Amino acid sequence: MLSYAIFFLILVGIYSVLALGLNIQWGYAGMFNIGVGAFFALGAYASAIVTTPPSPEHLGGFALPFWVGFAVAAVVAGAMAFLIGLITLNLRSDYLAIATIGIAEIISQILKNEGWLTNGVRGITRIPRPFRGWIPGQDTLLYLGLVLLVLAGVYWLSERAYRSPWGRVLRAIREDEPAALAAGKDVLQFRLQAFVLGSMLMGLAGALYAHFVNFISPEAFQPEFATFIVWVMLIAGGSGNNRGALLGALAIWGVWSASELFTNRLPPQWATRAGPLRILLIGLLLQVILLTRPQGLLPERPPQPVGDASSLSRASRTPEGESAG
Amino acid sequence: MQLFIYGLVLGSIYALGAIGVSLTFGILRFANFAHGDLMTLGAYFALTFVSWGWPLGVSWIPAALATAVCAVGIDQWVYRRLRREAPVILLISSFGTALILRSLVQILWGPDNQVYRQGIQIPWEVGGLRIKPDWVVILAGTALLVVALHLFLQHTRVGKAMRAMADNFDLAKVTGIDTEQIILWTWTLGAALACLAGIFLGLDTRLHPTMGWRLLLPVFAAAILGGIGRPYGAIAGGLVIGLAEEFSTLVISPAYKTGVAFAILVLLLIFRPTGLVGGRA
Repeated sequence: MLSYAIFFLILVGIYSVLALGLNIQWGYAGMFNIGVGAFFALGAYASAIVTTPPSPEHLGGFALPFWVGFAVAAVVAGAMAFLIGLITLNLRSDYLAIATIGIAEIISQILKNEGWLTNGVRGITRIPRPFRGWIPGQDTLLYLGLVLLVLAGVYWLSERAYRSPWGRVLRAIREDEPAALAAGKDVLQFRLQAFVLGSMLMGLAGALYAHFVNFISPEAFQPEFATFIVWVMLIAGGSGNNRGALLGALAIWGVWSASELFTNRLPPQWATRAGPLRILLIGLLLQVILLTRPQGLLPERPPQPVGDASSLSRASRTPEGESAG
Repeated sequence: MQLFIYGLVLGSIYALGAIGVSLTFGILRFANFAHGDLMTLGAYFALTFVSWGWPLGVSWIPAALATAVCAVGIDQWVYRRLRREAPVILLISSFGTALILRSLVQILWGPDNQVYRQGIQIPWEVGGLRIKPDWVVILAGTALLVVALHLFLQHTRVGKAMRAMADNFDLAKVTGIDTEQIILWTWTLGAALACLAGIFLGLDTRLHPTMGWRLLLPVFAAAILGGIGRPYGAIAGGLVIGLAEEFSTLVISPAYKTGVAFAILVLLLIFRPTGLVGGRA
């Protein structure tokens, strides 16, 4: 029971990092990324290649310590995001969404087909778990500590970014792009920074995942599990709110895990249908949330201006057309 | 030349999907990510009728109707209530719908590959080219549907109203067009064409729960290439993408065919975001 709780919390922690990364892109800056799984996979593969012992089956095996793997994962995902962002970020949000689907599809094809790099569909094995054997029998507990440490750091960073002038500019771009442009902000530059930062967190989450499960293959990064569920977590928790992202990760992963208890009781002839049934449930949940509580469990609460708050908040409530005109 | 025929067949399937995407994108103002899975659903509906012993030449009619009913139902239950929100909320919702449809297909029909009929078709040899009879069905079917669509859009009240709404939604509303009713017609038409695209794809290859999702990117690329809201452009766009993908196999691995559609899409969005023949950004 305890080991199940540890297992559950590690996955919640990893999904929380993913949701926080997506929150920077979508919640702060309004950029629609349906390629979450691709950056997650890139991070996982990057860290795996850097830290595994030398192997003829895939590139490297450089046997470096895990923290190098984590850093490389974030850098590789960030570098890919930079390249993709340069060409796609000045597109409208729905075109960006279509473009990220394409990127995700291409990256998953590369993972499957470039055997020299990734060992194709057979995947990469023997990814080392840090702290193995430090306290005998408590490997996963130590790893949970590491995940929570990383998560705390990421959360602190995201909150700082949200409250900073940088975060304010991102919200301005999200709410009214022409106004942000008129105020002299380099919109593309800010978007690119947010896109890269969010993707780096997704890469980091991938590394956390790879070192936890020790074996990765393209199967693990299907869009249902790596992209869709992260979106549901963020929307359910509350886009724009970091605590919402954490709550969403916990709640949706809770629902997902609980649904397994339910599908385990199904008659055996339904066994192959258990997976789709659970995805169906999450999909219905998303529709219900969008219809009844689109702001999520914890709605966004931007920091209020200090000083004469009453007059400022009244000013900010004037219709958009007047203030922009 | 053989590649040209492959490309034409693939392009016809893309074109049928792209018309639906283009119409819903143009009239409802949102990118419907569930369109690919609507194709899957349509193909599987036809499979059910075929398994009852009906010929495929008849099965497509009830299958297209059933797909249209599903699309209208989803619109009334979900999208209609979100229409006042930002289009991007509808986009997220359609992403959810896509997953729901796909898992329903997996639950109802199972996760395995299926075909409309067993056995291998013997291709005809025409002037050194191999032509499967199914391809003739696909090409002729697409041509007929396109002509029917043309007549519908040019000569019926509903068709004219749809074009008006795609051109200028507010102006259409002011002139007294019942926009909600036209939206229903748009879904019906888009879903029926999606169903046919799915059936043709299943006829050409095989049925699989993710068959439609994999088509989403080329279909969107085709719709954008032709200019959003322009059904004729979507047809041309579909053929161009299909031919480009097949001819690309001369130089790159077939596994990266999707990359070709994507490359065309990105180049287009950068240089001609309104599509090659004009249309709305």
